[in-house]
Amino acid sequence: MSGQTHEQAGELCRLSVSQALNGMAQGDFTAVALTQALLERTGEMDGEIHAYLARTPEMALAQAAAADAARAAGESSPLLGVPVAIKDVLVTEGVETTAGSRILRGFVPPYTATAVKRLRQAGAVILGKTNTDEFAMGSSTESSAYGPTRNPWKLDRVPGGSSGGSAAAVAGEMALAALGTDTGGSVRQPASFCGVVGLKPSYGRVSRYGLIAYGSSLDQIGPITKTVEDAARLLNVMAGPDVWDSTSLPMPVPDYTQALTGDIRGLRVGVPKSYLGEGIEPDVRAGVEAALAQMARLGAEIVPIELAHTDKALPVYYLVATAEASANLSRFDGIRFGPSAGADSLLENFRQTRGQGFGDEVKRRIMLGTYALSAGYYDAYYLKAQQVRTLIKQDWERAFRQVDVIAGPTSPTTAFGFGEKMNDPLAMFLADIFTVSLNLVGMCGISVPCGFDRAGLPIGLQLCGPSLGEETILRAAHAYEQSADWHLRKPSFQP
Amino acid sequence: MKLTPETVEHVAELAKLALSPEEIARFAEQLSEILDYAEQIQSIDTQSVDPTPYVLPLRSVMAEDEVRPSLPNPQATANAADAGDGFFRVRAIFDEGSGS
Repeated sequence: MSGQTHEQAGELCRLSVSQALNGMAQGDFTAVALTQALLERTGEMDGEIHAYLARTPEMALAQAAAADAARAAGESSPLLGVPVAIKDVLVTEGVETTAGSRILRGFVPPYTATAVKRLRQAGAVILGKTNTDEFAMGSSTESSAYGPTRNPWKLDRVPGGSSGGSAAAVAGEMALAALGTDTGGSVRQPASFCGVVGLKPSYGRVSRYGLIAYGSSLDQIGPITKTVEDAARLLNVMAGPDVWDSTSLPMPVPDYTQALTGDIRGLRVGVPKSYLGEGIEPDVRAGVEAALAQMARLGAEIVPIELAHTDKALPVYYLVATAEASANLSRFDGIRFGPSAGADSLLENFRQTRGQGFGDEVKRRIMLGTYALSAGYYDAYYLKAQQVRTLIKQDWERAFRQVDVIAGPTSPTTAFGFGEKMNDPLAMFLADIFTVSLNLVGMCGISVPCGFDRAGLPIGLQLCGPSLGEETILRAAHAYEQSADWHLRKPSFQP
Repeated sequence: MKLTPETVEHVAELAKLALSPEEIARFAEQLSEILDYAEQIQSIDTQSVDPTPYVLPLRSVMAEDEVRPSLPNPQATANAADAGDGFFRVRAIFDEGSGS
């Protein structure tokens, strides 16, 4: 259709969002050619990677053709003709949305999530829905009911999770960018494992309308991209208040790309001692320390700080998140959506539909949350966790009076092997040890590539900012990224 | 904190989850381990600390109570396992006796 060679198509797939927008603006190629190239590459690669749960090629090509027509008519919009992938916990009208669960098999939503709608209004092309841990509960994408996703850097490693499909799609050059969701690190950790950029906005910055809820006080939607600039471009479009989400913040949305000055002289970068201590792989520590040294060379001031309750964030997170999940997932009862077990009584039908429809990790978290909320345990677990959450929040607020950003590894390890942690839920939880705090305190964070371990697997640097501090963390991440060039390395796996 | 299989069964009833005997035994062990880990927050003094259920200082706002277009009924019920006449159809909630 586009008459391009395989090599030309490969070059299109390699582009960043910014490069693609430039190329289309200059008439070098069309949105249809770009979309076609990505669809073809996905067809060749995704049998191995399994980043996508559903592909929507006809719809994508129609949207791309409409984008080309709009551009030809002189229209412009911020993401006109940019092909993206959407994590399958965001509802999309007319396109099956499963949240990686059997209990939603066949569910075709009657409406579209606000974040996705805003991407479409900005001209983006939707390539399909990406794989996720079931209901976004997991750190490896292994708990998807539809099979795991593989890491494009090394096929015997997990891509991280829960937005592992989105991270693998971007790293594997099967989408220029993707949306993920982050309840305890599910955008940042897979971005780190796959060598791409992942941004978790502040709580309330992006509307959660149409996000299938996991932990409602923690969930945020964020972009997974090849560059920091691309993350800023997607956030520009998605951020801002929404009448359909009463927790979306009314504050005005700046042009985040304007924050990317490349200048971080005088930026105070706080490094919690506990973030580079025990339990961190030596290569990860070395990579992060080198990145901090590089930021210092760029003029940032590295400041050792204390976050007193750091070690309590994980237990607090797993009580709060599962309590909220147990309430949120009560809606899956076999009546309004998803398959029904067809049992004789209403109660038995609830029990069997849920018993058959939910996987292991989801059941475990519903059980934990139900227990923490149940009579006799509420004060000791749920209320206590909410009180410690207050102390953690105070730690972070205090720290941000002293520094501008807080830095450390995104994950204590690089991508681990399949099955390594699946039988040990607690070990899987520990993969989130550096990411959960931000969700508890509602602040923002970004993971940016900062090197490779001895096995050739990517390492991520996490930069955290206060609530609505997106401009600062984007500026810091961009300055570091541009001075380091890790983001230009690509996985060697080819179809 | 050792969860007994009986406690796990009770929680599964609250959560409306049909679990196999194998799942009950396994969850008893795994949930006990997770709760042991969570136990570490008990040592923190939180006597005068307010809980944080939500991080935003947002307050409820009032809106005019006006009729606006909503999801059409056929679309709202389209994904149901069993629907008809604009309703979701479910099994009777009260037992009317056998054979009725």
